[in-house]
Amino acid sequence: MVKNRLSTTLAGVVFNNPVVPASGTFGFGLEMQDVYDLNVLGGISLKGTTGEARFGNPTPRIAECPDGMINSVGLQNPGIDVLVGEKVPSLRKVYDGVIIANISGFSIDEYVACCAKADACEEIDIIEVNVSCPNVHNGGMAFGTSAESAAAVTAAVKKVTTKPVFIKLSPNVTDIVSIAKACEYAGADGITLVNTMLGMRINIKTRRPVIANKMGGFSGHAIFPVALRMVYQVAHACSIPVMGCGGVSCAEEVVEMMMAGAAAVQVGAENLRNPMVCKEIVENLPEVMDRLGIDELKDIIGIVE
Amino acid sequence: MENKLFDIESNALVAKDTYRMTLRCEGFRKMSPGQFVDVALDGRFLRRPISVCDSEDGTLVLVYKVVGEGTRQMSEMAPGGKLDILVDLGHGFTTGSCTSAALLLGGGVGVAPLYLLAKELIAQGKKVTVVLGFNMASEIVLLDEFKALGADVYVATMDGSAGTKGFVTDVVKEYQPEFDFYYTCGPKPMEKAVYASIPGDGELSLEERMGCGTGICYGCTCQTELGPKRICKDGPVFKKEEIKW
Ligand SMILES: Cc1cc2nc3c(=O)[nH]c(=O)nc-3n(C[C@H](O)[C@H](O)[C@H](O)COP(=O)(O)OP(=O)(O)OC[C@H]3O[C@@H](n4cnc5c(N)ncnc54)[C@H](O)[C@@H]3O)c2cc1C
Ligand SMILES: Cc1cc2nc3c(=O)[nH]c(=O)nc-3n(C[C@H](O)[C@H](O)[C@H](O)COP(=O)(O)O)c2cc1C
Ligand code: FES
Repeated sequence: MVKNRLSTTLAGVVFNNPVVPASGTFGFGLEMQDVYDLNVLGGISLKGTTGEARFGNPTPRIAECPDGMINSVGLQNPGIDVLVGEKVPSLRKVYDGVIIANISGFSIDEYVACCAKADACEEIDIIEVNVSCPNVHNGGMAFGTSAESAAAVTAAVKKVTTKPVFIKLSPNVTDIVSIAKACEYAGADGITLVNTMLGMRINIKTRRPVIANKMGGFSGHAIFPVALRMVYQVAHACSIPVMGCGGVSCAEEVVEMMMAGAAAVQVGAENLRNPMVCKEIVENLPEVMDRLGIDELKDIIGIVE
Repeated sequence: MENKLFDIESNALVAKDTYRMTLRCEGFRKMSPGQFVDVALDGRFLRRPISVCDSEDGTLVLVYKVVGEGTRQMSEMAPGGKLDILVDLGHGFTTGSCTSAALLLGGGVGVAPLYLLAKELIAQGKKVTVVLGFNMASEIVLLDEFKALGADVYVATMDGSAGTKGFVTDVVKEYQPEFDFYYTCGPKPMEKAVYASIPGDGELSLEERMGCGTGICYGCTCQTELGPKRICKDGPVFKKEEIKW
């Protein structure tokens, strides 16, 4: 068999290549099956899912920014039962790569209940736990903003699943490394970072926020340097694998993320502007590797000291 | 959905702040009335959704109003330039819902998608009455084009500078055109007035700020009688009875 120069392995799960559309920017995968063959993708992180169906936030939910965007979709989703009962099995029929279920919750009980159901779903390869949600039992503080609460979620979900658990961290913190380490200590099999940065836009003609919910998550190309820095810090401080995410738009930036320490790379908002971007990145990677003298991608993970 | 690179054939001011752009691309397949395209612009992160005003195989016509930086940028593009466009987006009007006579109600630049709709309904042998609403006479667009198709055309302006003074719904009250199905596209207050005061069945085209335009981001959701729907993918055209304001 010819060797696959693009393959990468995280927590025992083999990816054909490191490119993964990020949660919330690729629906449940199925929406894109008529656009291109999904099997070019190393993995797919599905839309964030909660215990019950959610309508999400009022509209407008989207604001444009220089080189990026703000979203306040507010976790619109059909609920975990539809995810494991319909969405994932249908995706598996057309997709052989790594399926990542992205789980959200507003209490530890909700995370646990969702992860237990995801654990029972054979087709799911990795559970990605989004700890950027506000904790309704703690004044709405996001779980991911303290090492203690992020670790508490990690420990609780690890008890109900044998699948690899990646904790997806929020960048809206002062010390990302201490939070990542606390998750590692609590049993996380990997870390995904970063989620969106809290942002805001104002319509200066109407003197009102553009987004109905006033604030939302800023992401897209503009956040790449911040995301890269956090990936670098966490990958060097932890020994579990990191999926890098934030502002990635081309094959060169995938290489840069991997040199910073990411073992796989997620692409988010860029899918909204260019629905073909993940496919294009996978196709461009070999040529970019040749140009940079990279034989196999796994050789460059965390190569920058 | 498909991504295409179009050649700009013409791009001209046709009414106050309003432009008509003709684009060509080999291999582009004619779109249906009420569908839209998503236009990428240099230096702008998100695409701009614009309705299909007219379309044939290889040709696309857009009518757009300059309201911000992106549409201003479009208005400054010269013939010969290129435009990266996602085509074949959304679910448009169902011409089959009208049996013999249609009433088309448009407000402002919302009249644009009604042009291709009128063209197709007339080709199917149906009688078409079009009511176009604008703030003032200088904004009137596509009037001659609708007439040339053979539609009965009425105009309403808010300031009375042309046609009936008032709303499109005032024209309907005044002339009582016959129809078995209506279609509307325009600003939300106009569509609400149409929904509330025009009897019978119809379809409305909704608008929302969009992230992807292709159904993957859930940025454009609206609540309907059938649950949450994405305006870009499940719409932008919805049946009257589905809509929840
Ligand atoms: C399905 C659909 C069809 C449309 N068809 C037409 C058409 O045929 N002709 C036409 O002139 N306009 C149409 N619009 C409105 C058009 O998309 C906006 O006027 C345009 O995006 C404004 O861009 P801007 O950069 O000039 O404005 P800015 O205000 O600078 O734009 C900032 C951001 O807000 C978004 N935005 C601003 N206004 C609107 C709006 N009214 N609707 C959706 N997004 C908005 C922009 O896309 C951009 O992301 C349509 C909108 C939708 C949703
Ligand atoms: C429209 C939209 C919806 C998102 N929804 C989710 C979600 O449901 N769960 C989650 O963990 N992250 C969600 N994210 C965050 C992305 O997965 C990603 O972490 C972030 O956008 C940074 O990457 P980017 O700069 O490439 O967009 C969403 C982002 C966007 C733009
Ligand atoms: S704009 Fe993304 S789902 Fe409609």
